[in-house]
Amino acid sequence: MQIYLPIAEVSVNAFLLLGLGGMVGVLSGMFGVGGGFLMTPLLFFIGIPPAVAVATEANQIVASSFSGVLAHLRRKTVDLRMGTVLLIGGLVGAAFGVVVFNHLKSAGQVDLLVKLCYVVFLGIIGGMMFLESLRAIRNTRRGTPPKRKKHGWVHGLPFKMRFRTSGLYISVIPPLIVGVCVGVLAAIMGVGGGFIMVPAMIYILGMPTKVVVGTSLFQIIFVTGFTTMLHATTNYTVDVALAVLLLIGGVIGAQIGTRIGVKMKAEQLRILLAIMVLVVCFKLALDLLITPTELFSIGTEGGH
Amino acid sequence: MRHLAAILALVLTPLMGQAEEVVLGLSSDKVAITADFNGSDILVFGAVKREAPIPEEPLDVIVAISGPSSPLMVRRKDRRFGIWINTEAVQVDAAPSFYAVATTGPMKDVLSKIEDLRHKISIPQAVRLVGASPQVSDPQRFARAVIRIREKSGAYQILEGAVALDEQTLFRTSIALPSNLTEGDYVTRIFLTRSGKVVSDYETVINVHKVGLERWLFALSREQPMLYGLMSLAIAIAAGWGASAAFQLLRRG
Repeated sequence: MQIYLPIAEVSVNAFLLLGLGGMVGVLSGMFGVGGGFLMTPLLFFIGIPPAVAVATEANQIVASSFSGVLAHLRRKTVDLRMGTVLLIGGLVGAAFGVVVFNHLKSAGQVDLLVKLCYVVFLGIIGGMMFLESLRAIRNTRRGTPPKRKKHGWVHGLPFKMRFRTSGLYISVIPPLIVGVCVGVLAAIMGVGGGFIMVPAMIYILGMPTKVVVGTSLFQIIFVTGFTTMLHATTNYTVDVALAVLLLIGGVIGAQIGTRIGVKMKAEQLRILLAIMVLVVCFKLALDLLITPTELFSIGTEGGH
Repeated sequence: MRHLAAILALVLTPLMGQAEEVVLGLSSDKVAITADFNGSDILVFGAVKREAPIPEEPLDVIVAISGPSSPLMVRRKDRRFGIWINTEAVQVDAAPSFYAVATTGPMKDVLSKIEDLRHKISIPQAVRLVGASPQVSDPQRFARAVIRIREKSGAYQILEGAVALDEQTLFRTSIALPSNLTEGDYVTRIFLTRSGKVVSDYETVINVHKVGLERWLFALSREQPMLYGLMSLAIAIAAGWGASAAFQLLRRG
């Protein structure tokens, strides 16, 4: 069934969009990532204009994250306090990121920067997570009990706060900094930032993996909601028809994903996310290295 | 009296200049983009009206449909430090979003170069590159790239021999408008040629517009962007909550 999208001005198969939404939704519920870093390239591929894809994707992430958060709230695996601290940092970072983005856009080459950002961050994060999870899985196999969390530099800072759900008593400074960094990157790269946030929460803040997913989704709702409004009011690139089709698939997928995620071991969850991140990173790196079949590309005037 | 004669002369000159005239019919002069829009075939048909007997030289017909034009930024990638990045950029002043040319025979036979330049009929004539930036060598490469990319996607079509002509009088052709059509006025031009020279032309407009829900959403997004954004968010939240509640019910039931 073909559907004509009013803002994107292209006609696409409705079932294809439902399927894509569902697939990304499952991953979103499982790993606590918005799925933007997967969905946006997929939308480019089926012919949606990039500007519309990025903006609409933000809107769709709001829906799947909200659906996921509700499922996590019922399981009490959302640290609202930590989420709020991260969110404050995130919004500050996002606002700053938009300024940086516009500055780079006027200087040209913003596309390249976004792609390089993806490759570098996805590569580092994916690689680190992959190695760490592999080690953890090997340790459990051998029967060595997992080491108790070390008291690193993170625990020596002032302004300590108790995060009961996460079982942490740490300074608010590291979560705020993490929030700001993720916010900046999210605004520049046009994604919710879950794939950076999740590893940062696990490895920098030392939060338990089970709580991380729900908390990440919680703050993604607000960051992507903010992004949607920005795109809708400044670029007019949010396509509601596209968003509805994606999010019908997405919200259902997120519910299924959450249930799968709960049944899996934390290390398995982390290693799967790491593999996924590495695959996307590899694909983007190939695009930059392989000689393209068409050297020329058409963009609208002033756009990127 | 002298004035009247002058006016009459002015009015009659173009009429007398064209011994043959096009009488045109279109299967529809409006294309409505609905939610399930999946492309549309436009049937262009007509007849040649003439007062004098048919000349010796064979008649040819060219039908050209052009979508709304807009400026484009065309970029070219180059290898720098081992990776492919955009290096050169040229602004193409105007390129139609859609362009189709249908003819009765091979383009080079039905239309001479000079007549093409005068009437801007062929695809390369439709993509305009006026003020090219001086730092780029051979800016025409960029215009050619636009044509190449859009021909590949089906937005630009050359349909040689697609116009059927009977008895040098009746002609018809069918042009397929793709599903990713943009809104606007699609200028449809008919040219009658003899040995590459245009002897008569005719112009009309096909109006392509969104209707119903498509129209409403598009208008809302431009006129009330704040409301539109909030509506998008409300739909997203409602859908997220709905799915969650539905699954909860399923689990209990």
